Amino acid sequence: MAESAVNEKKITLTKHDRWKVAWRSQFLQGSWNYERMQNGGWAYSIIPAINKLYKKKEDRAAAYQRHLEFFNTHPYVAPPIMGVTLALEEERANGAAIDDAAIQGVKVGMMGPLAGVGDPVFWFTVRPMIGALGASLALGGSIMGPLLFFVLWNVIRLATIWYTQEFGYKAGNAITEDLSGGLLQMITRGASMMGMFVLGALIERWVNIKFTPVVSSIQQQKGAYIDWKNLPSGTEGIHKALSDQASGLSLERIKVTTLQDNLDSLIPGLVPLLLTFLCMWLLKKKVSPIVIILGIFIVGIVGHVIGLL
Amino acid sequence: MSAISMVLVVIVAFFAGMEGILDQWQFHQPLVACTLIGLVTGHLTEGIMLGGSLQMIALGWANVGAAVAPDAALAAIASSIILVQGGQGVKGIGSAVAIAIPLAVAGLFLTMLVRTITVAIVHLMDKAAAEGNSKMIDFWQYLCIGLQGLRIAIPAALLLVIPASSVRSMLESMPAWLSDGMSIGGGMVVAVGYAMVINMMASREVWPFFIIGFVIAALSDLTLIAIGALGIALALMYLSLDKGGSGSSNNGGGSNTGDPLGDILDDY
Repeated sequence: MAESAVNEKKITLTKHDRWKVAWRSQFLQGSWNYERMQNGGWAYSIIPAINKLYKKKEDRAAAYQRHLEFFNTHPYVAPPIMGVTLALEEERANGAAIDDAAIQGVKVGMMGPLAGVGDPVFWFTVRPMIGALGASLALGGSIMGPLLFFVLWNVIRLATIWYTQEFGYKAGNAITEDLSGGLLQMITRGASMMGMFVLGALIERWVNIKFTPVVSSIQQQKGAYIDWKNLPSGTEGIHKALSDQASGLSLERIKVTTLQDNLDSLIPGLVPLLLTFLCMWLLKKKVSPIVIILGIFIVGIVGHVIGLL
Repeated sequence: MSAISMVLVVIVAFFAGMEGILDQWQFHQPLVACTLIGLVTGHLTEGIMLGGSLQMIALGWANVGAAVAPDAALAAIASSIILVQGGQGVKGIGSAVAIAIPLAVAGLFLTMLVRTITVAIVHLMDKAAAEGNSKMIDFWQYLCIGLQGLRIAIPAALLLVIPASSVRSMLESMPAWLSDGMSIGGGMVVAVGYAMVINMMASREVWPFFIIGFVIAALSDLTLIAIGALGIALALMYLSLDKGGSGSSNNGGGSNTGDPLGDILDDY
């Protein structure tokens, strides 16, 4: 094989070939299975490059088979691994002594650390953030919510897939050295800080629990509430009522304090926070999230029936 | 519902099913899936609002490693079909959300079923590879993706043929205490998703960021974009301080030019 490669012209993958691989990588998870996970999708993605590089049938068959080995990573960080693999396969097709173990080693060596980047960055930072942004617009019925989410997400995603694959292809073997360097680790750390920050905010904003029991009902002093009976008639009355309210007068004669008001005066969102901690604890105790979700619904229904929520 | 709408609903469901496993274009996320179902059935606004509510619950659901998250695709598609068939309009969103959760669990079993079937298909891929037949590998890959699409399309089609009146009467027979209670549960259930994410990410280093985020969110003037910007700024500050500290102790400081963005641009 080495001899023939010397005689022939060097085969290289064009930008078009690499784009085909990047495009196909979107179907990476399509044949996800419990035996070798993303292996089928990986082989499928890389087929255009293999067919370009190897002309002999037995070479192709061997290449398909070595790319059907176990593989699993975050789908958006597979492209840089593919980029490196493309560079290796290209060298090999041109006669370099790169064996199956080296190619498999690069794949396995990169998939773990990169999955560790992909999950916190995409699933736990970018998607919850764009999703929450879109959802908060959508709750009001605005089409901008779904549109924003869809467009923003896919622009980020496609750019990531293409440019990281190109980066992997150019870096070739060198990328493995870069992985142990600081940059990638810093991105991961930064993303989890950012993610935790936003999570804290989301728990305060979006977990809803309201305790309805009334703690106290106090008859307020005259002058502390709006005197509805003695308002001037017509628009003047509305004006007075509104300006009374603006100057801090209560709407009702009787001031009702619920349990929720008392809890909010400690710190807003305390109960959602405690509920989240409870869920974390249960998850750590290996309670299935499904069980917790169903449990919360039961608590919601029972709590509502007995008048607590 | 017209025949064209029904066909379109099944197509949308098929896309959501494929995306539920591919996780690329996000057709399976409630925000997109419910909106599309709303669009093709002429109930766009309700679809968007349902999508928004479900998205809030599904924010933390993610396929990590071999684990599968609760199935957002089936939850989104089925609950929006039920919302449309029920004919209660915006009022029906609360109970549609409540129905979505058990469906997300049911979808989980369907996903696991398809992933097990796929094991057999991958062995057929091995055979095609040994023969050097890349067209067959492609074919099996498409078949697997198609199966994932059918996983959602078939339940969607079944829901469509159940007459709207029986869906409606089922919803109306639900007592108020049950639907209200379920809405309350829906408000709390979001916490589970967040808890899953926190368990994945939490470390001694990042907890202070969580606390700051939690406290700052009480300032209701801040939009989520503002909070996000603040988070980026804090993370950058922390990282640069951390780097500066170790840099100066190791090599007397001086390798950093002080402008990371500038450095990246220079290197590019």
